[in-house]
Amino acid sequence: MSTTERAVAEPPNYLSADYGVKSWLLTTDHKRIAILYLVAVTVFFVIGGIFAVLIRLELLTPQGDLMQSDTYNRVFTMHGVAMIFFFLIPSIPAVLGNFMVPIMVGARDLAFPKVNLASWYVFVLGGAFTLYAMIAGGVDTGWTFYTPFSTTFSNTHVVATGLGVFIVGFASIMTGLNFIVTIHRMRAPGLTWFRLPLFLWAHYATSLVMILGTPVIAITTLLLAVERGFKIGIFDPALGGDPVLFQHLFWFYSHPAVYIMVLPAMGVISELVAAFSRKAIFGYKFVAGASVAIAILGFLVWGHHMFVSGQSVYAATIFSVLSMLVAVPSAVKIFNWAATLYKGSVSFDTPMLYALGFIGLFTIGGLTGVMLATLGLDVHVHDTYFVVAHFHYVMVGGTIMGYLGGLHYWWPKISGRMYPKFWSKLAALIIFVGFNLTFFPQFLLGYMGMPRRYHVYPEEWQVLHVLSSAGASILGVGYIIPVFYLIWSMRYGPRAGDNPWGAAGLEWQTSSPPPTHNFVTTPVVTTEPYEYKAEEVTVG
Amino acid sequence: MGNWLFLPPQGSTVAAEVDALYLALVAISAFFAVLIAVLVIFLGVRYRRQSDDQVGVHIHGSTPLEILWSAVPLAIMLASFVWGAMVFFKLSRPPAHAVEYFAVGKQWMWKFQHPDGTREINILHVPVGQAIKVTMTSEDVIHDLFVPGFRVKMDVLPGRYTTVWFEAKRAGKYHLFCAEYCGAEHSRMGGWIIVQEPHDYERWLAGERGTDNRLAGPEDLYKRYACESCHRFDSTARAPQLAGLFGREVRLKDGQTVTADENYILESILQPNEKVVSGYQPIMPTFQGQMSQEEAHSLVRYIRGLEAGK
Repeated sequence: MSTTERAVAEPPNYLSADYGVKSWLLTTDHKRIAILYLVAVTVFFVIGGIFAVLIRLELLTPQGDLMQSDTYNRVFTMHGVAMIFFFLIPSIPAVLGNFMVPIMVGARDLAFPKVNLASWYVFVLGGAFTLYAMIAGGVDTGWTFYTPFSTTFSNTHVVATGLGVFIVGFASIMTGLNFIVTIHRMRAPGLTWFRLPLFLWAHYATSLVMILGTPVIAITTLLLAVERGFKIGIFDPALGGDPVLFQHLFWFYSHPAVYIMVLPAMGVISELVAAFSRKAIFGYKFVAGASVAIAILGFLVWGHHMFVSGQSVYAATIFSVLSMLVAVPSAVKIFNWAATLYKGSVSFDTPMLYALGFIGLFTIGGLTGVMLATLGLDVHVHDTYFVVAHFHYVMVGGTIMGYLGGLHYWWPKISGRMYPKFWSKLAALIIFVGFNLTFFPQFLLGYMGMPRRYHVYPEEWQVLHVLSSAGASILGVGYIIPVFYLIWSMRYGPRAGDNPWGAAGLEWQTSSPPPTHNFVTTPVVTTEPYEYKAEEVTVG
Repeated sequence: MGNWLFLPPQGSTVAAEVDALYLALVAISAFFAVLIAVLVIFLGVRYRRQSDDQVGVHIHGSTPLEILWSAVPLAIMLASFVWGAMVFFKLSRPPAHAVEYFAVGKQWMWKFQHPDGTREINILHVPVGQAIKVTMTSEDVIHDLFVPGFRVKMDVLPGRYTTVWFEAKRAGKYHLFCAEYCGAEHSRMGGWIIVQEPHDYERWLAGERGTDNRLAGPEDLYKRYACESCHRFDSTARAPQLAGLFGREVRLKDGQTVTADENYILESILQPNEKVVSGYQPIMPTFQGQMSQEEAHSLVRYIRGLEAGK
C-alpha cells in the first residue's frame, strides 16, 4: 500500500484533523496545546541558550574583554530568567504532561480544555512582557531579584521582568489545577491510584507544588513592584523594610520550584526505565510515595539558601537537617531505578540513554546537594561556582535529560514517525560528554573560591574556565542535532506504528498519532502498571 | 599542598577543618556515584535484551531493600549534618578574646577599620595568631565578605550588623571577594587580606599612624552630633540613660521588650522612631544618611562600653 492510499484509508488523527492556523490557535485539544507549548518553550530555550553562549565566551579570559560589566550582568540574569521561568518550569509538565496525562488516564482530554488553552496564552503574555524587557535593555538583578538592589538601586527593567514572571505563574497554576482534577476525576474504569503510571504520580505531586507555591512568587514580585514603584518600605531598610524578608518569600517558592522542575523528569525516567527493561518498576509504591514526600518536604527547606544571609544560627540548623531529609526520597528513587534493571530485558534505545544519563548526573547533583546542605561546608561554597555546578547537574543533568528522554520516547506517538537511531544516539552521547566537561570543572572552581556572577576573575582559574567553555560548545552541538532530525522525521521519518518500543501503558494502545479524542473506545484497565507478558509484546 | 585536590590555601585555623569535612563528603559522594554507575552499567549489560520480544521477569520489589537504602543514606546524611553543624557553630561564634575590626561594604568597595581607628580600602592587614572579629554593615545593597583562603563568608546587610571571625594561621596574601551580587562592578569589588607576622603588623600600623587616615574618637563624635544635649549622664529628663544600657532588656512604648544589643543601638541611632523606649517621646532626629557607617559604629561601640554610674 502506498503512502497516499494509507492516508486515505486511515481515520484522521489529531494532526490531520484540520490544517488551518485557527484550528491550532483556538484548539482545546490537549495534544495540540502541548505542541504549542513545545514551540514556545523551545523559543525560550534558544534565547536562554544564546545567553549561555555569551557567558561562556566571556569567561574564556579572566579580563572583562568581550562585554562591559553591565552587559554581562544582564546576560546572566536573562539566561536565568529565560531558562528557569520560561523553559525548565513549563517544559515537561506543559509539553509532555499536557500530551500524556489525559491519554495515560484514559480520558478524552484534560478536565478543563479551555483553561488549558488559556494557560498557553497566559504563558505567551508573560513571555511577551519578559521579551519586551529583554529587548528594551534587559534586567541586571540576577534571576533571584534580591532586594534592596532590585527595588532601589538597579535602573534596568525590573518591573517588566517581574510582571512577566508574575503572569507566567498563572499559566503554571492553571496547568497544575487541570492535572489534579483530571487525575482525580477522569481515570478510566479500573485505573485505581496504585495502577497509575509513575509519570502521573510525579505530575500529581508537581501540580500540588505548582498551585501551593506559585501564589507566593506572585505576591513576592508584586511587593517588589510596590516598593520599586511607590517607594513603600517593605524590603529596603532605608525605607524601613527588611531585605532578608524578600529572601524568605522568594525561596519559599523558588526552592519548591526546583521540585517543579525535577519531579516531572523523575516521572519520565520511571517510564523509560520500565519500558526499556520491559518490567515493572522495582518498589512501585515507594517510588510513587517518594514523589509526594519530595513535594511536601520541599516546602520546608527554603532556608538552606540563606545560611550566610544573617538568619539565626538556630534557623539555619533546622533548615539543614530538614534538607537532609528531602534527599532520602531522591535516593530511594535512584536505587529503585537501578534495581529495576535486574532481570530485565534491557535495551539501549535513545530514550534509555537519556534515562541512564539522568541517573548518573542526577546522582551527582543530589550528592553535591547534600554537601551544600551541610552547614559548615556551605559557608565556604555558598554563592560560588560549586553551587552553579550543583544546580546545573540537577536542572540540566536532571530536568533537560528527562525532557529529552521523554521527548524521544513519546515522539513516535506525538508525530507518528521515527527519528534516525544513529544520530539520536550520537546526540545523547555528545550531550552527556559535553555536559560533564562544562560543569564538572565548575565544582573545582567553586571550592577554590570562584564567586558566581563574576565576569572578571583571578588568572589562576583560567584553565578550568576554558575547559568549561569548551564543554559548553560540545553541549551546544549536542542540543542542535535533535532539532534537525526531529523536524526531518516529521516528514521523512519512517512510520512508527502504535507501539514501536513494545511498551506497556495506555498511550501505546491507541494509534500514532492518536485520534482527536485519544481513544476510539474508552479503555478499561484490568492490570497493574507496567505488566509485561511474553506473548503480548508486539513491536510496531 | 592541596594543589592536586584543587583546594585553596589553608590560611586560617578553621580552613583545615572545613577541608576535612569537604574531602570526607567528596569521598562518600564518589563512593555512591561509582556504586550507582557500576550497578547500572553492570545490570544493564548483564540483562541486555536478547531477542526483540523478550520481556523482563516480574519482580514486585523488596521492603527490606527499601528500608536499607532509605536508612543508610539517612544515617550518612544525619552524620554529615551533625559534623557540618559543629563546624558551623565554630564559624558562627567568635571567641571571647577576639579583637574587633569593622567593615563597611558599598557599591563597589570595602572600607575597613582597625581597632585603633586606622582605615584601609579594599585591603585589610591582619596579624597571624590573633582571633579577629569583623563587624560589618552596608551603605547600600547586600554585599558579602568572602575570603576563600579562610573558608569564611558572611552577608553584609544595610541597616544592621553581621559578624564574621577568623584567626589567620600563615602570613601571605589572600583573595577577598564580594560574594553577593551587588550590581555593575560586583566582580571587581574585591581586594586582598594581607596576613603579617605580629611584629610586621605592628610596624605597618605604626607607619599608618600620624597620617590623617584615622577616625575621630567617639567622644568627639558624641559631642559633634549633639548626643549629649539629651542623653546626659546626670539626667533622664528627655532621653534614656545610655550608661549601662548595653545588654539590658528595654521596655518599648508598644509594650514589647527588646535586648539592647549592637543592632538595636544602631537602629535607634539611624531610625530612632522605630522602637521608642516606654516613657519617652519620639523627639530624636533620624541620623540615617547624616553620619557615616564608621561613625555610627564608633558610637555603638562607645555606648556599649559605657558603664552604669559613670
